[in-house]
Amino acid sequence: MSKNIKLTSIVLIVLFSFFVLLKGLDKSNTYSPELSTTKIDFNFKAKDLFSDEEIFLDDLIKNDGMSLINIWASWCLPCRDEHAYLLNLKSLYKLNIVGINYKDSEINAKKFLKELGNPYTNIITDPKGINSIELGAFGVPETFLIDNNSKLIIKKFIGPLDESTFNQLTKLIK
Amino acid sequence: MINQLGNYSLYIALLISIFVISKTSLSLRKSSITLSGNIFSLISVQSIMVIISFLTLIYAFVTSDFSNETVYNNSHTTKPLFYKISGTWGNHEGSLLLWLLVLTIFLFIFIVESKNLSQRYRTLTLFFQQIIIFGFLLFILFTSNPFSNLFPIPNEGTGLNPILQDPALAIHPPILYLGYVGTSIIFSSALAAIISGSINKSWASHIKKWVLVSWVFLSIGILLGSIWAYYELGWGGFWFWDPVENVSLMPWLCLTALLHTIFTLEKRDIFHSWAVILSITTFALSMSGTFLVRSGILNSIHTFANDPSRGVFILCFLFILIFLSILIYFFYQKTIKENLTKPYLISKETAVLLNNLFMMFFLSVVLIGTVYPIFLEVINNEKISIGPPFYHKLLIPFLIPFLFFMAIGPNIKWINDKIGKINFTQVSIFIISIIVSYFFVKKYGVSYLLSLPLFILSIFLFFITIKDFFGKKVNISQKISHFGFSLLILSILLNGVLSKEFSSNMKVGDERKFLNKTIKFESIKVIKEQNYQSLIGEFNIKDENNSLSLKPELRIYDQPQTITSEADISSTIFSDNFLVFNVLKNDGFYNVRYQIKPFMIWIWISVILISFGGLISLKKKNV
Repeated sequence: MSKNIKLTSIVLIVLFSFFVLLKGLDKSNTYSPELSTTKIDFNFKAKDLFSDEEIFLDDLIKNDGMSLINIWASWCLPCRDEHAYLLNLKSLYKLNIVGINYKDSEINAKKFLKELGNPYTNIITDPKGINSIELGAFGVPETFLIDNNSKLIIKKFIGPLDESTFNQLTKLIK
Repeated sequence: MINQLGNYSLYIALLISIFVISKTSLSLRKSSITLSGNIFSLISVQSIMVIISFLTLIYAFVTSDFSNETVYNNSHTTKPLFYKISGTWGNHEGSLLLWLLVLTIFLFIFIVESKNLSQRYRTLTLFFQQIIIFGFLLFILFTSNPFSNLFPIPNEGTGLNPILQDPALAIHPPILYLGYVGTSIIFSSALAAIISGSINKSWASHIKKWVLVSWVFLSIGILLGSIWAYYELGWGGFWFWDPVENVSLMPWLCLTALLHTIFTLEKRDIFHSWAVILSITTFALSMSGTFLVRSGILNSIHTFANDPSRGVFILCFLFILIFLSILIYFFYQKTIKENLTKPYLISKETAVLLNNLFMMFFLSVVLIGTVYPIFLEVINNEKISIGPPFYHKLLIPFLIPFLFFMAIGPNIKWINDKIGKINFTQVSIFIISIIVSYFFVKKYGVSYLLSLPLFILSIFLFFITIKDFFGKKVNISQKISHFGFSLLILSILLNGVLSKEFSSNMKVGDERKFLNKTIKFESIKVIKEQNYQSLIGEFNIKDENNSLSLKPELRIYDQPQTITSEADISSTIFSDNFLVFNVLKNDGFYNVRYQIKPFMIWIWISVILISFGGLISLKKKNV
């Protein structure tokens, strides 16, 4: 009797694994959403770096015009390089820049901003990096230009902003 | 034309497979079937057919025959000859053909070397092995045929992923496959032995050779993969708990448990069922490894050649085999004549059992860490990634008692030993280890809670294994392997604790201070090679006494266009100096990473020692 129970339970476990794996095959196995669909769900909650409140990313990209979402981290050296461009975008074009602080410690992030200046209207933290991955980021730094009304990504910049991407951006904003 | 040759020989092999399966299946019921000369010659023909098709594929790669789709997708005329050849198994289709090749050759060797064993056992092993071969043949011919034709014939191929163009990686898959496929023989023979009721000492001493062979190849295969990751991926680590790495570690853990069990079965005639279960599990794990890597279900940095649509086939095949073995195990369980004498608590049997328990624990941790994300995503639609902290938290606390038992286990006698006489040398070695590690931990200020016991026990094991070389009992192979293992644990620990890293953005001429050293970026050179352009940076690292020059490389491959970075590593017996650089978008600046990795070379040496122990054991008649 106990032998039958053993056999049945093993068979059930194996069958279960089989169907899970079979279903797993259908799933897309890469963690980045496809680039062809530029519509992305911004409706998630995350903690604000300075106020510690839980806010929706959606609420930060309201009104008309465009917003820039910039994924950064204090430990990321290229982020340091692109920071001046973000400061310029803020001061010259009054662009709404939302920062996503990727896998970072709050103390280091604040220190970084104190040292180099703060171009961001709001910063939400993403200590586990999952929200950034869900947004389709490959790594830090990464920058999305977004149309506030349609919530569509107009342009995606992978890697640090530089002279040429900065010029592209300013053209798009005007 | 020649393409078709490979294709047809695979079909012939398939026909032979069907014929042999139907012939040998008779022996499932009748016990008087003998292996006729006909079947033996058929097996030889089958091996030759598979060899021919494999050679055809190599030939197509060497001559850059782009009418072959596999060659077109994975090769290029400007590739060096060596990588043209290794390109044969650097892709999905070719790597499966390699699997098949090893399967048939191993079966041939098995049939030849098992001549004086029972006919029924041989025939049944042949039957199960042919089922596996049949499955692989179907899979290759109908879902991933390496001999698909392209017409019109393209002028040029698309090239091999440059990250795979590395000598260590060129031989890594064949070696690893030898290990994987070796477990298939163990699986078939375990099933055959259950049915024919011959799970006993003589089965153990026969299958022991195959266990050792698979184990040695698997160890070396894992080592090569790890060396490759260290040199090529440029992260300065050697083990990342990446799913693809885990998949090769799991059969290894299981096989290590089996190895110890088989030795005990041979010597003491116990653990019959357990040995069978381990044999089945080991092969199931090797197959799942192939499934997980080849189907692309895993999200990993090095899932190279994959295709989810093919996954369904391997998955079904894998589970058919698993069901088959479960059923056989349960139906024929009564044929296993378990030796019911209880071993004494203080005996080598208990030590082996403990080893197995620990191995099973390590295996479950790795298995859960690898599979859990897949299950979670399917069931809950939640994405997580499990990284090193998970494994470290779960494995390290159990590694401590494991090291302790490993130190004392081999010195316990078979059957029954006394705990009364406390071994004076062992105690004094233990005290010395405590003192040594106390000062070490104090000096380097390692703050991790478990580091002190971990150091104490790994140093204890290290000394004990050295001491054992001077012992009376001669079992040199075990001593070498165990010494290698203690060396491995110790080097990993020291490497982890003493590594130093420096990272900065530099341009040519810059100088940075790090510890007591000055790192200078001296110059950069551009060199044109056969199939890539190479940027070579020259760095000089100076401290008070000596200076060291390191030349890391960035390779810009044309076909397909990819940049890979080759770290420059200067190894001494004490430490590695590891330097890698990368282009930043801003002109002139490079991201430079410099690492000092102590005892790196000892990690490689210790794994070689571990495998060497296995090799010696293979040579000896009586272990």
